[in-house]
Amino acid sequence: MSRTRTERLVNLVICLLSTRRFLTAAQIAATVPGYEHDPEDPRDHEAFQRKFERDKAELRELGVPLETGTASVFDQEPGYRIAHREYALPDIILEPDEAAAVGIAARLWQHAGLAAAASSGLAKLRAAGVEVDPQATLGVEPVVTVDPAFGPLTSAARDRRAVTFSYRVPEVDEPATRRLEPWGVVCWRGRWYVVGHDRDRNATRCFRLSRIVGSARPVGRPGAFVPPAKVDLISHVAGFDGPVQRTGRATVVARHGRAAGLRRWAVSTQPDPDGDKLTLPYGDAERLGATLAGYGPDVYVEGPPEVRDAVIQHLKEVMARHEGVVAA
Amino acid sequence: MTAPKTSVDRLGRLLNLVPYLLARPGILISEAAADLDVSERQLREDLELLWVCGLPGYGPGDLIDMALDGDRVTISHDAGIDRPLRLTQDEALALVVALRMLAETPGTGSRDVIERALAKIENAAGDLADAPVAVKLPANAEKLDQIRAAVEGGHALRMTYYTAARDETTERVVDPMRVLMVGGRAYLEAWCRRAEATRMFRVDRIDAFTELDEPSAPPPEAAPQDVSDGVFKPTADLPLMTLRIGRHSRWITEYYPVEEVRPSSSGEWIVTMRITDLGWAQRLLMGLGPDVTVIGPPELLERIREQATAALDQYSSPAR
Repeated sequence: MSRTRTERLVNLVICLLSTRRFLTAAQIAATVPGYEHDPEDPRDHEAFQRKFERDKAELRELGVPLETGTASVFDQEPGYRIAHREYALPDIILEPDEAAAVGIAARLWQHAGLAAAASSGLAKLRAAGVEVDPQATLGVEPVVTVDPAFGPLTSAARDRRAVTFSYRVPEVDEPATRRLEPWGVVCWRGRWYVVGHDRDRNATRCFRLSRIVGSARPVGRPGAFVPPAKVDLISHVAGFDGPVQRTGRATVVARHGRAAGLRRWAVSTQPDPDGDKLTLPYGDAERLGATLAGYGPDVYVEGPPEVRDAVIQHLKEVMARHEGVVAA
Repeated sequence: MTAPKTSVDRLGRLLNLVPYLLARPGILISEAAADLDVSERQLREDLELLWVCGLPGYGPGDLIDMALDGDRVTISHDAGIDRPLRLTQDEALALVVALRMLAETPGTGSRDVIERALAKIENAAGDLADAPVAVKLPANAEKLDQIRAAVEGGHALRMTYYTAARDETTERVVDPMRVLMVGGRAYLEAWCRRAEATRMFRVDRIDAFTELDEPSAPPPEAAPQDVSDGVFKPTADLPLMTLRIGRHSRWITEYYPVEEVRPSSSGEWIVTMRITDLGWAQRLLMGLGPDVTVIGPPELLERIREQATAALDQYSSPAR
């Protein structure tokens, strides 16, 4: 932007902040430097109008709350002003440790767009007098990454606007088009999900953001739905996998110095002629069997039979599917 | 953020600059420039521009006025832009969600401070703070807390660490650098004196540790890793393995970094992945479902056949 344009826009903001009356475009043109033109000359006037429209758009893009109205009931032409209380960031007083936390939070984003938003937000807090120690750390810092659909989905959830997206589940060859009333976005165990009402299934559904192909598109009007009151977004996602109960006990002999991964979660370890006898807690015999099979002859399962059988079955399958394979 | 490039950015910066300086009378221009992440020259240009802006009338008492005393600046007339502009929707979202992440991160040790900061930001953001985003980062908070406290203690650590790639538990001395959460997992980044390199240690695999008396002293070449694309980034020098996987094991491609996925006509996928260790690949593959077949490299295929045969023999031999 040219210097004159920036100058004109700063003056426009100051002018509109200082007025209580709505100022018409003509009044603004007569006041703010840079809008001088001959209103009687149609081409000149049209050029002014285009310039003024662009400037208004720019202010709105920046988040300046431009009010439109008329100075009195007799006025036909709309006027403009900026209410200071709408414009200004409310007073915010942060203690040094709180300010440090905000400074750290603003650095977490790895996503370029949100990183820029966080740092311009922080710049406003600084302008409000908040001092941020750039050296502060908190001991543990999360690295925050998001999928491309994050922005469109959070906007749609806030605006209560339906979205449509193409969703790819690995087991299914072709992505499917889904239509969702998004209630909110959840980060659970490092992955992002969107929770909402699936219009096609007519039920509550969660979708993984990483499986959305491309991005999500808003459809229809804002305010198109009302999310259930006090919805607990986390519970919808976390409901997928409850805690595993490991009440079973398997007895496994691990060769000397081998199977370190199993030894770590053994509840007891006894010396054995062939190695060490481990007692392993387990919930699902099939799952444990698969893990034990991975260790090959480094482990030998004594019991119980369900685990022993699972391992033998698993190993037989490994043999069967690799029979006759010619290495590529 | 680097120096703003677009026109909107410059206007935003100028509107912010007046209240920023107003709150800090007599600030050094160099200090303000560093704080605002612009060059000193750029800041001086911004000040010159503001100097000719002001209230209608544009006379001496109307224009923005400032005292430039050598290297210091004081705003003496703000022309009405005495406050920064409100947070935009994106700014509020970025700050609020990041603070929620921070508050949910186990082991930060200052959750109440973060919660207070969050409440104040939400208050300042008004309606915009109502971000439809929830965060939950479960982890072993107690262990993470201990590790963090040890790292803050500034000492080297002796630790017992399980390396899944080689299925071994080893003792090593490390010089801690930082603790971080990536993708829901906690890591200790440290200089490993055994490997003589910077390493990411998964906190859940640190089985025991003691703080040593000597200070943590990572050498100058110990640089933090960029983890924005994840912690494990396979390099091109690692060997490739090729798998044929059925529909129900396609989840592997979401869970592990893969090099290539080629659908075949039968609905099976041919997947190539980089591996750091043959033993790791063996444990992984022999533990996977019946629709995963190794088709390369030959030594991995051979190893799996050999290991499965030897393991099965144990159960058929009457000796045991």
